[in-house]
Parts: sequence; structure tokens; C-alpha cells
Amino acid sequence: MDMLKKVPIAEQDPIVRAKNFDEVCLGYTKEEAMLEASRCLECKNPLCVMGCPVSVPIPEFIHKVKEGDFDGAFKTICECNTLPAICGRVCPQESQCEKKCIRGIKGEAVSIGKLERFVADNAREKCMRPPHSHEKNGMKVAVVGSGPAGLACAGDLVKYGYDVTIFEALHEAGGVLVYGIPEFRLPKEDVVKKEIDFIKHMGVKIELNTVIGKSLTVDDLLDKEGFDAVFIGSGAGLPKFMGIKGENANGVFSANEYLTRSNLMKAFDENSNTPIMRGNKVAVVGGGNVAMDAARTALRLGSEVHIIYRRSLAELPARAEEVHHAKEEGVIFDILTNPTEILTDENGCVCGIKCIKMELTEPDASGRRKPVPIDGSEFTMDVDMVIMSLGTSPNPLIHSTTEGLEITNRGCIVADEINGATTREGVFAGGDAVTGAATVILAMSAGRSAAVGIHDYLSAKKRNFKA
Amino acid sequence: MYPILSAEKLTDNIFSFKVKAERVASSCLPGQFVIVRSHSDAERIPLTICDYSREDGTITLVFQIIGAGTLRLAKLTTGDSMHDVVGPLGCASDLCSLPIDELKAKNIVFVAGGVGTAPVFPQVKWLKENSIDCDVIIGAKTKDLIILEEDMKCYAKNVYITTDDGSKGRKGLVTKTLEDLVNNEGKKYDHCVAIGPMIMMKFACLTTKALSIPTVVSLNPIMVDGTGMCGACRVSVGGKIKFACVDGPEFDGHLVDFDEAMKRQNIYKTEEGRAYLKEKEGDTHHGGCGFCGGEE
Repeated sequence: MDMLKKVPIAEQDPIVRAKNFDEVCLGYTKEEAMLEASRCLECKNPLCVMGCPVSVPIPEFIHKVKEGDFDGAFKTICECNTLPAICGRVCPQESQCEKKCIRGIKGEAVSIGKLERFVADNAREKCMRPPHSHEKNGMKVAVVGSGPAGLACAGDLVKYGYDVTIFEALHEAGGVLVYGIPEFRLPKEDVVKKEIDFIKHMGVKIELNTVIGKSLTVDDLLDKEGFDAVFIGSGAGLPKFMGIKGENANGVFSANEYLTRSNLMKAFDENSNTPIMRGNKVAVVGGGNVAMDAARTALRLGSEVHIIYRRSLAELPARAEEVHHAKEEGVIFDILTNPTEILTDENGCVCGIKCIKMELTEPDASGRRKPVPIDGSEFTMDVDMVIMSLGTSPNPLIHSTTEGLEITNRGCIVADEINGATTREGVFAGGDAVTGAATVILAMSAGRSAAVGIHDYLSAKKRNFKA
Repeated sequence: MYPILSAEKLTDNIFSFKVKAERVASSCLPGQFVIVRSHSDAERIPLTICDYSREDGTITLVFQIIGAGTLRLAKLTTGDSMHDVVGPLGCASDLCSLPIDELKAKNIVFVAGGVGTAPVFPQVKWLKENSIDCDVIIGAKTKDLIILEEDMKCYAKNVYITTDDGSKGRKGLVTKTLEDLVNNEGKKYDHCVAIGPMIMMKFACLTTKALSIPTVVSLNPIMVDGTGMCGACRVSVGGKIKFACVDGPEFDGHLVDFDEAMKRQNIYKTEEGRAYLKEKEGDTHHGGCGFCGGEE
């Protein structure tokens, strides 16, 4: 084999998968995984671990894979990562662990993400549970939100011995993992639900249909419900719109709404009770991962799909793999283009989108090239549906109902980077609620740091109480 | 699971469920709503809270069958459970946050249409419990579709019934009764709350604007999560985009773009769907729920 290249991984054929919601990547076989593991140089001073927000002992688990000890590899990963099957799928490895891989200097980095996924899938098929043994310490912690930050935080807190309850606003646990990321990237029944079951098996309780800030406030949790500390991992769920004419027309959706209908409510399934619009020609505005998810969902529902992005391909914020997959499946990229108005027919339905061509300026002092409109380059695209994917911001429900919780001018909760402490005693926060929309693994990392912060805070409180 | 302690059929297609939902009952206020799912694979349906008991941990929900989701919900009965009930969502009625003395000085009239009578009820009850009088106009297409009349009479000073066909009370639309009360019967109102089908609220607002009565309406557009996440429920109020689920559901009726709101309610309505409803519901289908935006 060519040690400079990754062992190729099986994927569904683009023409076939563009019409179904099954997972795109099919994963390594045992043999392929062991072969890929043998490419690891097992560095004494592994840079990949430094590139991992939760510091998974990467060379150690890969060594075990190489030797065929897949169960041992799973235990090694579980020391640091409570959601390995999810992270193996959705982490941007190319800008984290794999970016730092020494193999990557001359050839391609080791496929760390695909190996993590293999190990987690293998363990799940065998119904292996992450090891757990912990004595209860008699203290209660409430976690707000069951997305990546909340799950990671809860998973660690329960290991420290806390009685942990997660409060989730929706009728299903998982946050963005269930409402945002589509089935073809992250299977819900087989992967997400199973990993959440692991966390429940560890002793974490999950109370669904409870909106903190409405059903209960943070103060209620601390004063009435007897929790000793609260972690806020409520994410960034508020969609942005452009503020252009026609944006309230029938057929204009936020990516959040469109994806929630398809993912959480299963509208992609003909038998679902929740409707979803199937446009003939769809414009998806934006260039992030969420835009790619929305575009690839619309494609699978039978639409011709155009991504409209105001910068060039080089600036697309989405992961390279997602862009590559989207192109392979037939999504059309209209770059250096910006919408100026959505056109509507007499029934208030979308019948077109007016755009203007853009060009990039020379890099400014910060090296950023700004997109500016080209005069007189307006044109109209005939579309019957528009999905706005311009990013999201944190929901104000919690901070607007909690005294003493400071926020930034962007609506993010102010929290200590090291321990997640907010400006309110006993209240910690992490993930998109603090950073604004980011990645699953960064949220998990923040959740884990906050778990340490909460543990330190409550241990000190207990000592003071005794003294 | 959320047990249904009693299920009652108010009209041919309007039902009332008393449901155990302690977290909701402990904190809800008039004007707020919940989202329910009847079964594990059911659609999320927003319903305004009609009544609540903090002691019993129960809420009362009144809904009209307008499609497959509500039809399925209506098949549940006493002893069954709803799979999901989340809330309270949205903001409480403005009335609840005004100083009581200020409220006592006001002459308040409620204009309720069809199943929209249900969300009016908790506000009227709340006012009475705070020793504040109000008048209520209840309108429906015909006498069989008038709901909550007796309940309303327990709490409102005057209840005026009006039916399109004159089969009960006054004959005509709610707007006519309101005009008659003000122009011919010496009533003076300085605050109006109108809740009912979108088309009724639109015309109620045109009427109150002409009569110079500030008016609040409660919108119930299509929504998914109900916490500000999806933006499906966006409405234009005074030229600004608002999310009905978190900024509302109550808005200044004189600023709401009703024409846009009515169009948006029809996003998922197909010709086929309309035909189905007409057949299913016969001449009771006049959209009188405020939830569906059915044909006027």
C-alpha cells in the first residue's frame, strides 16, 4: 500500500445517494481500519492530541486498532469523549487533529476521524457500554439543553458522582444533533439515540418538553428544585434573515425550520405527519455547513438546488468534505452572488430571486477580502423556494429571565474560558450559547471544561460548608 | 406522557381536554400557549391555554378539528395521554402586567370568534379575579358553534352573542355588534382584545380603528418549535418582522399585516387539502378557529 495515502473509505454512489437519506459514508471494515491504523507514526509527542478540543489519546487508541483490540480502543476514547460515533462523523478533523498529523506533512494525514467512527460503531454493534463506576456525592446539577455541550457536561458530571438532570425544550433529546444535522450525515436511530442512551445508562436523567426561561427559570432550578449548580448549554438557535424585500413570502424558510421539519419531524419520510415544501428550483443562501445540509436535503427531496454565496469558493466556511459531497451530488454553486430581493406572485409565493454579482476587494490590513457589489450586474433567477442559511445566534429566553447573567453585545452569555463560570454564582455556560454558532466538538469541549469548573466550585462549597 | 383527565365535545368539531401538565400549570398566565403532540409520531400543534389550575396541576385546551393532526388528537379521550405537552410558551397577555388600578379605570371589550373564544376565557377570568369588569362579544356562524357561553357569563359583566345566521343572539358579524354597542347603545370602550379567525381579527381591527379603540389580537400562525428557533411564525407588525412564538402571540392589531399573515397560513394548504376539509367538515368548515386560516 501507499503509506502516503489514506486507505480509501466506501461511500454511497453520488447518483444513488442524491435520492436517499441513508448515510453517505459507509465506514471502514475491520481490515481497512487496521491497515489505516498502521499508518500512524505513534509520535512520542503527539501533536494530534493537542489539535483535539477534548484531548482524545489518539495514538493510544489507534495503536489498539492496529493490534485488533477494538474494545480496548473504545475504552481509551471513552476516557475523553462521551460521543465518539458522533464526533467521528461531524468533527472538522481536517482543521483539528488531522491538521497536526505528522503523516500529513509529506502525504495525507491519518484518517483519525474515520478510525474513531469505526471504533465507536464497532462497540455499538456489540452493545458495549462506556465503563462507569461512581459513587453518588449527594449534590444535584441541572443541565439546560441536551445538545453536544449539555451531553458532554452531563456525562462528566455523573462520573464525578453528581445527580444530573438535563432539561430539553423539544420532545426529543440531542439538540442540533437531532434537529440540525441530517440523517445522511448522522443517522438518528442508530447513532445519536444510541449515544444518548449511553449517557442515560450512566445515570443522567433527561426531562423533555421543558423550556428553561418559560416552564422553569434558572432561579427556580436553584431555589425551588434544589439544584446546587446549573450548566447552560442552550446553543444558538435563533435564525437570522437578510432583511430584504419579499423575505416573508410563502416559500422562504430559515434553514433551521427546513432542517427541523426534515430531521426532527422526519418530513423527508412520505409517511410523516409534518409537511415540508418540495420546490422545483431552490436557492440556498449562505455557505456554511448548515447551508450544505439544507442544500443536500432539498436535493434529496427532488429539487434543483443552487447555493448562493457572496464570496468565492475559497472562502466557503463549510467543511471541504461537505462542499465536495454537495458538488458530487449535483448541488450548483453560484458564488460571488448576493440576493437583493425575493420576487413573489399574486398569491404571495416565491417566483424568483433578484441577485447582484459581487467581487472581492484586495485584502485589507487583516488580510480579509471584502465582497462588494458590481454595479449594474443585477439579474433574476427563477426559483420557487428560498432557504436562508445566514447563521444563528443564541436564544434570549434564558438570559432575559435570569438576573445577573451578563451577555455580550452579540447576545452570547459571558463565561470564563477555562471553567465556564458566568457572572452569576453557581451558573456555568458553554457551547454555542457562549461562542455563537460553532462546532459540535467545540461545544463538547466547553461542556467538559464546565464540568470541571462545576466540580471545583461545588467541592469548594462543600468544604466551606463543613468548615 | 400527559394524562387527559377529562375530554369533552363542545360542538361537532370543537373539543375541550383537561390535561395534567404540572410544569405548565404552575407558571402559565392568560395569553400563553402550549405545543402538543398527540402521539410519538404526531405533528407539533400549538394550542392556546383556555384555563388552568395551579392546585391540580392541570390545564384546559380547546381545539377544533381542522386537519389530520387535530383529527387524530380528537380521537383521544378521558384516560388517554398526550405524548407531549410543552409550555407555557409565548408572552402573557399585556393585561397581566398592567397595574390593577390602571386596569380598573379601563373599559375593556373582548371580541371572540369561533374557537377563538377559548383563549379569551382565561383573560376574562383573570380580570374578574382581580375585580375588573369587562364585556365579551362571542360570535359564530350559527348557534351550535357558540362555545363557553355559560363559563364566560360567570366572569364577564355582559356577554353578547351574535351569529351570522341569527340563529342565536344578534344577527350578523361580531363587528356589527361592536359598532352597535358603541354607536347606538352608549357603550364606551378604550381597550379591545380580538381573538378568532385571522379574517375576523382583520375586520375587527378595521372597525376598532375607525372607532379609535386600541386593539390587541392573538395570532396563531404555523410554527414548529415555539421557542424562536424556526422562524416559521414570522409576522410583519408595524413593518418589522416579529416571531409570534416568542414576541407574541399578542400584538397591536392595528399594526399587524393581516393580508400577509393570512397568505402565510396557507403555505401547506393544497387544493386537495382544502377539498378534503370541505368534504370532511361540510358547512361547519369556515375556518373559525384562528389556528387554520381556513376559508372565510
